[in-house]
Amino acid sequence: MTPKEATRTLVIEREMPHRPEKIWRALTEGPLIQEWLMANDFKPLVGHRFTFRATPVAGWNGIIHSHVETVEPPSVLAYTWDSMGLETLVTWTLTPTASGTRLRMEQSGFQPGQDQAYKGANYGWQKFIGNLDRFVGGLG
Amino acid sequence: MPAAPHAGSQAGSNDVFRALADPTRRAIFERLAREGELTVHALTAPAGISQPAISRHLGVLKRARLVRRRHAGRETHYSAQPQALAPLADWMNAYGAFWRDRFDQLESLLTNLP
Repeated sequence: MTPKEATRTLVIEREMPHRPEKIWRALTEGPLIQEWLMANDFKPLVGHRFTFRATPVAGWNGIIHSHVETVEPPSVLAYTWDSMGLETLVTWTLTPTASGTRLRMEQSGFQPGQDQAYKGANYGWQKFIGNLDRFVGGLG
Repeated sequence: MPAAPHAGSQAGSNDVFRALADPTRRAIFERLAREGELTVHALTAPAGISQPAISRHLGVLKRARLVRRRHAGRETHYSAQPQALAPLADWMNAYGAFWRDRFDQLESLLTNLP
């Protein structure tokens, strides 16, 4: 990981009408993780090394390398998320609410410099990419 | 992850950059992305460029995996493959779309989970 000040963080939060314990299962049981995220050999053990695997696409081999950083059931789960130059940390935080759980996903470690490199800043692509946002936006 | 944007193979990214560095190829790709699948004829008509030239440009786009080719009868159809743009996209924006989609799937799973 590079110094914090050089990186950006993506945060997604959602209220869910389910108990934290139930969401925790979906976040930490391999077959359940596969249902909504990706094939994996995850184990909820700090230090465990594992991979997420997706179908490869042009320019990406489909493999995410990870190791477990934090396991505090049913509140905090964190693992690294590295793939072909991208080095990030994914942290899940579960907060009980009156109606269920607030689930927060934080992916930190995005390096603006890398983004620029792959945006092709030197080629003056920004405008072109802006026009294609609606396609790229649907990629996920 | 379907098209998680990644550094990708360096060669792959360079191919994409190179293919799109040419304004004619960029115009062809944008048109395919906008209009869907088109034949070489349809692409040639308004471009004011010869068919062999269009075919050469399509060849470069195809090597960069930006377009896909389909033969049907005598016609060759091309369609855009926008996922090949992933290396050019902002990683954080693309991951934003990725995780929102996965949150949806997680919610469906939870609804069906006892």
